[in-house]
Amino acid sequence: MQIYVCVKQVPDTAASITLLGPRIYDDTVKFVMNPFDEFAVEQAIQVKAQTGKGEVVIVTVGRESAESMVRTALAMGADRGILVIADIRQIDSITTGRALHQAIARDGSPDLIFTGKQSVDSEGMQIPYRLAAAFNMPIVNEVVRFLLKNETVTVEREIGSGIREAIDLTLPCVIGATKGLNEPRYTRLPEIMKARTKELKKIDINELKLAPAAGKLELLELFPEAERGQAVMLQGSVQEMTRQLIDLLKNNEQIL
Amino acid sequence: MKIGIPIETALNQLKQTNLGVISAACQDGANELYALLFAGSVENHQEILQSYGINKIVTISVAGADVHRSPELKTRAIIGAMNALKIDALLGISSTDGRDLLARIAAQLDAPLALDCVGVDFTDRTVIKSQFSGKILAKLKLWGTPFICGLRPNVIPPKMFPVIAENIPYHIALEDTRRLEVRSINKTAADEIDLTEAEIIISAGRPIGAAENFKLLKDCAKELGAAVGASRAAVDSGFAPHSMQVGQTGKTVSPKLYIACGISGSIQHFAGMKGSKVIVAVNTDSDAPIFNKCDFGLRGDLFEVVPALTAALKKQRLSENNP
Repeated sequence: MQIYVCVKQVPDTAASITLLGPRIYDDTVKFVMNPFDEFAVEQAIQVKAQTGKGEVVIVTVGRESAESMVRTALAMGADRGILVIADIRQIDSITTGRALHQAIARDGSPDLIFTGKQSVDSEGMQIPYRLAAAFNMPIVNEVVRFLLKNETVTVEREIGSGIREAIDLTLPCVIGATKGLNEPRYTRLPEIMKARTKELKKIDINELKLAPAAGKLELLELFPEAERGQAVMLQGSVQEMTRQLIDLLKNNEQIL
Repeated sequence: MKIGIPIETALNQLKQTNLGVISAACQDGANELYALLFAGSVENHQEILQSYGINKIVTISVAGADVHRSPELKTRAIIGAMNALKIDALLGISSTDGRDLLARIAAQLDAPLALDCVGVDFTDRTVIKSQFSGKILAKLKLWGTPFICGLRPNVIPPKMFPVIAENIPYHIALEDTRRLEVRSINKTAADEIDLTEAEIIISAGRPIGAAENFKLLKDCAKELGAAVGASRAAVDSGFAPHSMQVGQTGKTVSPKLYIACGISGSIQHFAGMKGSKVIVAVNTDSDAPIFNKCDFGLRGDLFEVVPALTAALKKQRLSENNP
């Protein structure tokens, strides 16, 4: 089973994002593996353990410093990594999808591709779909349960209101993972040490000679969402406060 | 510009959230709007669709395959209609189903896509969308035709723009390769309101203490017509399933009213709910960070405040019903 896992290095979810210019944010914050991608890596490692053969290859498009994140995935149990080096400020989801597709296609023949359901920075929500289209594979995103049996994969996804949809799909396929799928393992020191010697191939994005896309997404401006100020604190007993609240929501805000 | 709008339904009813999307696309009649819907799913809605500015109601019927069994088939049918009608742009709802469908279409067409937009301007082909899970907004330009956008539910209020709509039937034959098949849908929780589309949400943090205590919130939600959410701390403590989590690694929500009970307000939680129109916080700690970033604060124990709120709402409802 040849499994590829596409991951992305993103600012830590606890980091504040400070804008330094119309299109630039302060990127000296801590960077980590995109939280949803951790579920993808864990699932890939579990599938390899289940089938007992094949390999798990981590693929990312990012800055040179993304190597540390790939090493984290290797410490979790992946076999080797591919880092496509690019100026991530210059590329959109279409280009990232193409770069991941080319990097994987040049490396081998995937039976399964795992991704996170979306990145928590650009929130494009489209890489698993673009990969699937490029490889002409079926895709299911936001997967919370994964079961592989022979050539068939059965997955479950949440479609809102706690409703779950069960979907069968055939291999090869793309799976977008989300929280609830599994518990990503913690890495221990011996595994971290071992990961340092695992193969990590670095490719400059220009080497992939990606065909130009007809369309693109251009970032014009970043700006902070308006912050609310200090709350109007309601006073009195619990009964008085709730009465005031209902009155405010009904008459001032016209919500209730 | 010819804009296609895939119409979403729930139990064969037109979702209210479609109307804000239609208004966002309409731009006071500057664009030609095509409602895209599947035969048998939501017909006989001509009156409401045309009162919000839909010019053409395209009813797609598919031969050779059951589109409801596979989102791949739906995707191919809509792409067929887009090509036949020379649609320039597609605007849908950034709901769970909408995001999936729009991303499938964009990937197949190799078209630019922006999901979870809070604003869209077809004149200059720009959108405002959330990034860093709502910590930042980005203005993006979409180059190429067609381009595809998904609008966050409830962000654009529906505005009437009455026109007369023309009905266009569109037939397409598809071969079902059966490489992807929806097998079953577990509807056990179908009476709940979807968090991402809810107009009112009441949610709780770790102080809720146990899964069964969410009943307090559910009772209140029933009076409010609200959905129930939870913070990551409550989910990680096992008090609520992940499907209820609001925040950076949970759901991004955009209700008119968000009531946060026993939630101190971490940066990750704000990222998921700051798009709410009005935020109310209930917390015993008057120094909780949430009180610095919300509209109304109630210092108190959620175990006292929530039942009091439920009782007051119920009393009011009864007095309105029996004046």
